[in-house]
Amino acid sequence: MNYLPYAVAAWLFLVGLYGVTTSRNLVHLCICLSVIQSSSYVLLLAIGYRTGRPAPIFKDIKPGTPAVDPVVQALMLTDIVVEVTVIALLLALAVQVHKRNGTLDPSRLNEIKG
Amino acid sequence: MTRAARKYFFLASAILLAAVFWLGYSALPPAGHVPGHYGDRVNAVVVPLRHITDAVTAVNFDIRGFDTLGEEFILFTSIMAVALLMRRRKERGGGDHEDKAGNRRVPPPSDAVRITAVLLVPATVLFGIYMVTHGQITPGGGFQGGVILATAPVLLYLAGSFGQFRKVAPMRMVAIGEAIGAAAYIVIGGGCIAMGGNFLQNLLPMGKVVGSLTAGGIVPLIDLGVGLEVSGGFVLALLVYLEELVEEKEE
Repeated sequence: MNYLPYAVAAWLFLVGLYGVTTSRNLVHLCICLSVIQSSSYVLLLAIGYRTGRPAPIFKDIKPGTPAVDPVVQALMLTDIVVEVTVIALLLALAVQVHKRNGTLDPSRLNEIKG
Repeated sequence: MTRAARKYFFLASAILLAAVFWLGYSALPPAGHVPGHYGDRVNAVVVPLRHITDAVTAVNFDIRGFDTLGEEFILFTSIMAVALLMRRRKERGGGDHEDKAGNRRVPPPSDAVRITAVLLVPATVLFGIYMVTHGQITPGGGFQGGVILATAPVLLYLAGSFGQFRKVAPMRMVAIGEAIGAAAYIVIGGGCIAMGGNFLQNLLPMGKVVGSLTAGGIVPLIDLGVGLEVSGGFVLALLVYLEELVEEKEE
């Protein structure tokens, strides 16, 4: 049971990668990429979690109480921000691809040039 | 590569990747028991040294503040790239994209949607401001609050029209706000040098009361700057996307 979060992270990564390799639509591909990225959230939180300890917010618990690791949680916040902006950028690129080629299917992009 | 070949290729590499995962995980202690000494130290010193009760915010904006500067500029540059990419079309001319149901009429939003959205706007703004300003006390901060603030004009768009969105958030003002937010981070960092410390070294008074709005020295200031930058950035991205959509309809 204690290794379950690691397995979930690996599963999310692989399942997202499957989506990316077999995708027929660039928007779908972006969403698959965000699934891959969410595996890193699960992994980071699993590494930072300590059994039985509270969140690292010392407003209502005594300061100095052992809590879960705040460093990886901060890293995860970075992770989310980067993911959102990368997805926004990729979707803008997908819009441009559709403008130029009239299709969002990656396998048909090779046939149609310009 | 054909679809079937691609699938087999994926299968082979997936098995390989799974093996790599297994190798990597096998040396890790079970979840919940990974020792993170750095995190423990942070938890121990954050309240006495910084008067901040949210350790995550302290890591982001003080202890690891320099890295977050880089993170913020990833956001800044990608929003800029989105704006550039979406605006290029004007000079290039429209492509062969064709709206298959171009003359359909979009029904106006129903009264229920309008009232709910209008009622939600002030609540969203208040919640966003609360989130930005209370980052050092409870979970939240500039990034989270900024995103919540950015949803307020979207609610207006949902209730009314894109014109109203543009009226409350004119492109130029949003862009200037975003730039000021991004610059504030560097200015605060430079101010620390001017005060005789290092870049982003927290030299301001930490506040008398632990876990109050003004506690944490430079942290609440950075929080405000980041909040402005993030909300500006997201509204700008939405504006650029919507402008594209509306223009297409008008053509």
